[in-house]
Amino acid sequence: MKAESFEKIVDHALADRQLQVALDRGTTRGVNARLLAMSETTDAQALRHQARLARERALNQLPELLEQLERNIIANGGHVLWARDAAELNQHVLTICRQHNVRRVVKGKSMVTEETALNHALEQEGIDVVESDLGEYIIQLAGETPSHIVFPMLHKTKEATAQLLHDKLGMPLTDQPEAMTRFVRGVMRQKYLQADLGISGVNFAIAETGTIATVENEGNNRLSISAPPVHVAVMGLEKVIATWEDYAVLVQLLARSATGQRMTVYNNLISGPRRPDEPDGPEAFYLIILDNGRSRILASEYAESLACIRCGACLNACPVYQNIGGHAYGWVYPGPIGSIITPLLRGPLTAPKLPYASSLCGACQAACPVEINIPDMLLKLRRDLVQAGDPSLGWRLGMKGWAVAFKSPMLYRLGGRIAGWLTRVLARGKGHLRWLPPPFNGWTAHRDFPAFGTPSFRERYLRRFKGQPHDSKKP
Amino acid sequence: MAKRVAYFVTCIADTVFPEIGEAAFEVLARAGVTPEFPLGQTCCGQPAFNAGFTDEARQVAEHFVEVFAGYEAIVTPSGSCASMVKHYYPALFRGHPRQADALHIAARTYELTEYLVDVLGVRDLGVALPRPTRAAIHDACHGYRGLGIARQPRLLLSHVRNLTLVEMVGHDQCCGFGGLFAIKMSAISGAMLRDKLAAIQDADCDLVITGDASCMMHINGGLSRAGSPKRVVHIAQVLAGALK
Repeated sequence: MKAESFEKIVDHALADRQLQVALDRGTTRGVNARLLAMSETTDAQALRHQARLARERALNQLPELLEQLERNIIANGGHVLWARDAAELNQHVLTICRQHNVRRVVKGKSMVTEETALNHALEQEGIDVVESDLGEYIIQLAGETPSHIVFPMLHKTKEATAQLLHDKLGMPLTDQPEAMTRFVRGVMRQKYLQADLGISGVNFAIAETGTIATVENEGNNRLSISAPPVHVAVMGLEKVIATWEDYAVLVQLLARSATGQRMTVYNNLISGPRRPDEPDGPEAFYLIILDNGRSRILASEYAESLACIRCGACLNACPVYQNIGGHAYGWVYPGPIGSIITPLLRGPLTAPKLPYASSLCGACQAACPVEINIPDMLLKLRRDLVQAGDPSLGWRLGMKGWAVAFKSPMLYRLGGRIAGWLTRVLARGKGHLRWLPPPFNGWTAHRDFPAFGTPSFRERYLRRFKGQPHDSKKP
Repeated sequence: MAKRVAYFVTCIADTVFPEIGEAAFEVLARAGVTPEFPLGQTCCGQPAFNAGFTDEARQVAEHFVEVFAGYEAIVTPSGSCASMVKHYYPALFRGHPRQADALHIAARTYELTEYLVDVLGVRDLGVALPRPTRAAIHDACHGYRGLGIARQPRLLLSHVRNLTLVEMVGHDQCCGFGGLFAIKMSAISGAMLRDKLAAIQDADCDLVITGDASCMMHINGGLSRAGSPKRVVHIAQVLAGALK
């Protein structure tokens, strides 16, 4: 993402009426559903804390758990492949496709494959890929990218979706989401039956039995991974958890936080390919585990960001996301968590605006089911950017000057007096200013600035209490 | 020997809104505490810290520690500044010669209403507004989510005569201030402000009360620009009986 383009993208997003309607509907629904679902639990805070501990336990023994997961999956008859980066993951999938003579692929929802641009890699080899999640399918039809981790088409209104399905597939126009779903389901059934290979993401990988878990509401994921003869599951290496007990806590928090459900409609648990005594399921099962920068994050002070279970609650809760939507964040992971993991995965200078795209209001942290301190990490990323020399010379000099003035009571008072006098002159008796010079014109672009009160509190205090022994420390 | 309580007025309530600085001082006096006002005080360092300028923030924080070391309590009319000291000083001073003082200060810094209700046990300050008034609360982010301040202002305001508290949709939603965010990310901040102004417009209130002068400055700047008759006041102004 080009740094200078962020402001432009934001301006476009703010001016896009359709997007604003979709964002308002989608995020409001998301927030309210989560609040209601969390309020049903006997002790939401305790549950969140339990979930946090489950994730911490996993991250603290990640290498051991990943090895245990691998051993158990192999024992169950599956294959495990490791990918250092995006290219390696895509290469693994292409190799599997060649081995099994694959022409058609059907996919369940997976953010990791967005991260590696897997669809593009498959299409370049002439392999047909279809997204089976309703939202992802519509995004694919539109030639767009997801704008939300859980609701990929949150940026589209149902009206725009109906128009798209009408234009691309000849669906009769309707404003009923149920009718659109039924229509797409008819299209999709054929795809499952024709597919040579199914790809899915992973919500949790349970090390103690070598089981991968996916959650979904449409049944598309289950069909994608059970109808075709080969199943490839892809996961970031942070997705592993230790035990089924941890799964029980995390899976319900994921549903409550993501969609406001107690449980999702489908909870798929896969421990390997079809066994001889089983009537259906794939003949071959592969799990590909992706690093792509995660082990580097694990070793850093940002390890906490790997606790994320991709529920999207921080996106819905964030007033910045609510206004600019997911595409403005420039890459696969949007919202507050995206502002952290995008620079961490791709390098801080690839997205130097993202850590600043937050008022640090803390709504993300309050919504997070695993209590990730997102504001704290945004602050650390800003510190890293300053240390890397990212801010302009003007800002750096300004901050140096600010520190010199604010650590000296005398300069602080003098500066306050001059600034106060200036604001009162510019306000011309109106009590506020409608214009400030750069760089402060950003303020007056949207709101007035007050003329400073006079005299200062300090002077008032001295007048009132002169000679009284309240002040024990002279400046 | 009387407990030594220090008053940290904050840079914004000292220089931009001295009437808030005065009101909060009054409120403490009404509650029976006459705090000391260390004259060397300036700022907690948050503007630089939030911009990522950790070294500059630490220099100003060092001065803060110098000024406020040794007090039993430090009370401030800002959840945001209190949160800066409580949450970030411990990390800012890790391994620093003044670490012990910084930790002591972090543990003893209180936001005004938190100090009144939780430490002093104050409920009723015996205040009445000049006329019947309906007011909504804007819960400022750092006080509300950072320090868990929600119950204290409501409890104190529930005892103010002539004041009826009304609920406002999005009372805990950020107004978009965020310090330098309002300047660096002006368009996003402006959009968040518009959402807040719409909520205030829709609320059945004459007045909005908040606990942070910075949010007040931001929202009032928006209300004034929009030509709205509604205004935000600081809770200290209400509790000091300073509203006309």
